[in-house]
Amino acid sequence: MQVSGISVLFKGINFQRLLGGLWVTMRIALITIGLSVVFGLLFGLLMLSKNKVARAFCRLWLEIVRFMPQLVLLYVVYFGFARLFGWDLSGESSAVIVFTFWGTAELGDLIRGALTSIPAHQRESAAALGLTSRQIYRYILIPQTVRRLLPQAINLSTRIIKTTALVKMINVTEVLKVGQQIIGQFYRQPDAAFWVYFTIFLLYFLICWPISLLAGKLEKRWA
Amino acid sequence: MQTMLKVENVVKSFDGTGVLKGVSFTLDEGKVIVIVGPSGCGKSTLLRCINGLEQVDSGKIYLKDELISGRTRDMHLVRQKVGMVFQSYDLFPHMNVMQNLLLGPTKALRKNGEEVRREALAMLRRVGLEGKENALPRTLSGGQKQRVALVRAMLMHPELLLLDEITAALDPEMVSEVLNVVIDLARDGMTMAIVTHEMRFAEAVADQVLFLEDGMAAESGPPEQFFHHPQTERARRFLRSFSYESKNSRKEKQDE
Ligand SMILES: Nc1ncnc2c1ncn2[C@@H]1O[C@H](COP(=O)(O)OP(=O)(O)OP(=O)(O)O)[C@@H](O)[C@H]1O
Ligand SMILES: [Mg+2]
Repeated sequence: MQVSGISVLFKGINFQRLLGGLWVTMRIALITIGLSVVFGLLFGLLMLSKNKVARAFCRLWLEIVRFMPQLVLLYVVYFGFARLFGWDLSGESSAVIVFTFWGTAELGDLIRGALTSIPAHQRESAAALGLTSRQIYRYILIPQTVRRLLPQAINLSTRIIKTTALVKMINVTEVLKVGQQIIGQFYRQPDAAFWVYFTIFLLYFLICWPISLLAGKLEKRWA
Repeated sequence: MQTMLKVENVVKSFDGTGVLKGVSFTLDEGKVIVIVGPSGCGKSTLLRCINGLEQVDSGKIYLKDELISGRTRDMHLVRQKVGMVFQSYDLFPHMNVMQNLLLGPTKALRKNGEEVRREALAMLRRVGLEGKENALPRTLSGGQKQRVALVRAMLMHPELLLLDEITAALDPEMVSEVLNVVIDLARDGMTMAIVTHEMRFAEAVADQVLFLEDGMAAESGPPEQFFHHPQTERARRFLRSFSYESKNSRKEKQDE
């Protein structure tokens, strides 16, 4: 009897296993985003600093992040560093390190861009009203920076979430890996693969779509 | 009459290039000085020095009897008394009109928001912007934005108002709606230092004209004299470049 592969999802705890895998993905993404915000702020300020060495350092970092495939970076950290320095890094920690390395630079660059895109006369008009420099930051500069930054930062977050699928390659049992395990168990069900991957696609979609809708909405509202 | 502003021998250079080379003038309370001169002669720099946006290299600036130049701390206290409106529309884009108007009085002067709001609504009505209090700056025309900027400066009740070519970026049909507000302010006794390229407006509003050229006061005097009997060849040339002909010279031509 040929049963549709979709039933595979509802056998035993298969669906919960997929969600568990998704949680691993999300955990990596959330920790990465959190760390990237903190380090990205420092990175952005460093890029604006007067120190030439600091600026050159940031530029180099950014270039590496932009040109190096994430997967290569994952291999370098997970396999390379482990051998080279004898570190025993878990796949998940390696992933967080690599993605934070990436997120910090990109978010830092976004922060730099947002800060420099505020015209100088905004600060001057605020100063001309007799506001203190602290008040100028609080009421004029920071709100405008955040408005420019937030939609782009949210888009970066969805890219980070998407990219976490790569951690399967360094032996992290995330959603894709779980899916493959399930497919392996039900190899007699030829269309199981389709349904499992389709479900994973839906899960990613359900997470990233609202986020990107939000980004679009903010962008429109604050344009 | 009390002296409101006293500028004494102000010198300012950028990267070794002299921009102001010893400018002096005094402005009495309730009077208007119009500063004119060719592009790059230092008009904006002069206003910015008065407001402390630039530091003078030497010379002194007094507001009433208070020395306001050469200060680095507490400049915001001086700026609460010296309003300034710029050429570009410098409303805060993330705030609506009313929020733009309330910011200075409530945050810098710590005034009661309700009182200021009532005053703001009255002033908006006076400049023909009734009903615009919730509009975002980007939905306003250039002329409307500059009128809001003027109201924003006036709500601080400054002792002195500096205007730097506030109509230069406007479409011609909007210039007069903004300048009329300024003329009203002058009539109400607001002390102002105005930089403008609108010569007819300058003549109408000025009690005193300062003609700057190359960072120096090339001529100064009452408007009738400057516009109709300029004393220097440079001033004559400058006025001709605007094809600004005095009533007298027009009459002379007709007589010929
Ligand atoms: N921050 C600055 N750094 C360097 N040079 C400056 C700076 N601000 C002004 N200058 C220079 O100083 C000179 C006078 O500038 P200023 O803006 O005061 O002229 P202006 O009379 O207002 O001219 P305009 O009519 O075009 O507005 C110009 O040559 C200008 O390039
Ligand atoms: Mg200027």
